[in-house]
Amino acid sequence: MKRFLGFVKKEFLHIFRDYRTLFILFGIPAAQILIFGYAVSTDIKNAGVAVLDLSHDEITQKLTDKIFSSGFFKNSGTLLNYNDIDKVFKKGKTKAVIVFEDDFGKRLINEGKASLSIISDGTEPNTATLITNYTTSIVNDFNRELAGPDINNAIRINPEVKMLYNPALKSHFMFVPGVITLILILICALMTSVTITREKEFGTMEVLLVSPLRPIQIILGKVMPYFFLSFINVLLILLLSWLVFGLPVKGSIILLLAECMLYILMSLTLGILISTVSKTMQQAIFISLIGIMLPTILLSGFIYPIENMPKIYDYVSSVLPPRYFIVIIKNIMIKGTSFIYIWKETLILIMMTLAFIGLSVRNFKIRLE
Amino acid sequence: MNEKVIIVHNLVKKFGNFIANDNLSFEVYKGEIFGFLGANGAGKTTALRILSGLSKPTSGEVNVAGFDAYRQTEQIKKNIGYMCQKFSLYEDLTVKENIILYGGIYGMSKSLIRERLADLLAKLHFQEYENRMISDLPLGLRQKLAFSVAVLHEPRIVFLDEPTGGVDPITRRQFWETIYETASRGITVFVTTHYMDEAEYCDRISIMNEGKIVALDTPERLKKQYNATSVEEVFIKIARP
Repeated sequence: MKRFLGFVKKEFLHIFRDYRTLFILFGIPAAQILIFGYAVSTDIKNAGVAVLDLSHDEITQKLTDKIFSSGFFKNSGTLLNYNDIDKVFKKGKTKAVIVFEDDFGKRLINEGKASLSIISDGTEPNTATLITNYTTSIVNDFNRELAGPDINNAIRINPEVKMLYNPALKSHFMFVPGVITLILILICALMTSVTITREKEFGTMEVLLVSPLRPIQIILGKVMPYFFLSFINVLLILLLSWLVFGLPVKGSIILLLAECMLYILMSLTLGILISTVSKTMQQAIFISLIGIMLPTILLSGFIYPIENMPKIYDYVSSVLPPRYFIVIIKNIMIKGTSFIYIWKETLILIMMTLAFIGLSVRNFKIRLE
Repeated sequence: MNEKVIIVHNLVKKFGNFIANDNLSFEVYKGEIFGFLGANGAGKTTALRILSGLSKPTSGEVNVAGFDAYRQTEQIKKNIGYMCQKFSLYEDLTVKENIILYGGIYGMSKSLIRERLADLLAKLHFQEYENRMISDLPLGLRQKLAFSVAVLHEPRIVFLDEPTGGVDPITRRQFWETIYETASRGITVFVTTHYMDEAEYCDRISIMNEGKIVALDTPERLKKQYNATSVEEVFIKIARP
């Protein structure tokens, strides 16, 4: 045990003496959270919307006011005819144009229906979809306001459109769990694989293997400091996202931390596995970045919903651990669900951890032979 | 000089169909400097790994420091030291931290480590370097230190795997003085090398070729036997008959 502790201490010295390692451990996660939280925000705020009102009546005026008072849009121009639409889009500031047909108000009162078109700039599909959704929901709201008293004066239905779980459709609520998922696996796997291959590259691994330290002690000694530091990292990220974005943890914080520990452990074993197949640090870094970061961002459901992917990507994504952790962490943090809803995902992560350990031991033995 | 610390009898190591070590037999005595020579791929590394408890023989008898290489590798590891070409020291740790680390790994007590550390620094005139990073030391010093660390726990045998690669001849000469000093304390030095002038410094040398030991004797007798003026000549005559 004493041998082991001295060895762990040495690993901490390596980490604290290398500013780059410290930066990767703590600087990058903080930066990622802020970048993804702010810059990659998919919220709509003051998006330019122009109006083409061919009717000019009281109702269209009311609806227009309602749309612009929502805070999501700002009026980027009042158009006179259809020809202006193309021009205003080309200027670039307008993301959507709302068109009221002729006699909008009259039709609505007489026929009970009138139509309005939302024309959006398809070159930015995400924004376009969001604007369309937002506008539609405002219009629906307005419809009900208008219709309410007509149907029955006694019952004033004033429905509120509300998105479940993310009422304000705040995108950091979606991004923070994703970023935690990405950062933990990336840092844990990258750091462990690099620290182990570094010993190989410098030749110190041979010396350690010849020493009375058992291989399992060497691996544990190298990995333990990272387990500890990654856990601190989780606390930091949660604290940061709470302070900066006001993101609460709705479910049990203990369950969340326990799941994070499992995920860290899984990522560390993945790092060990990577180190058994790479000879140099560059190779380890390459495998970690290309093999883990890209699939996690693209295929784990972090940004793009898995349901929308072609079947083949769905299969590919089912072998990615982050896919399961994202479900777990979103459920606990945002929906506040309990363990019974996420036991399946947890079990899958445990199985993956065991598989990575098994494969690493096998590779390690082959190398020793 | 009669106590045997390494006994190898009919050692065979196969990887699939490839025979890396073909019936090796030799003995090494206490306090001896034993040179282990051979071209790349001759099977030196494989034999060294078996002797240091890193891999198991396919067949044959191997006994190191009184322990069996099949079942007692843990015991063997405690009784040997090891230094390889790439230096076994951590560059981002200080001299003192490296010594404490290795002392701890070999289960030495704190007071013993402190005592040996002081001895070692005094002997190498290293006091001023105690708290310097290894990366600040010149190559020659690092190498001496690496060797001293390898014998810090007073092992019965120290294995040196091409210890002087990439070092100038003067530093090499100085390094060998440390080796002599260690051997005179009764620690057996088992050294693989590429430099034939180094082979001359050994008490006995063995030369491997294609998995077999083809010559084993003192450098003088080998030179006489092969009618050569240097070990290098002997080596060339054996390797390219």
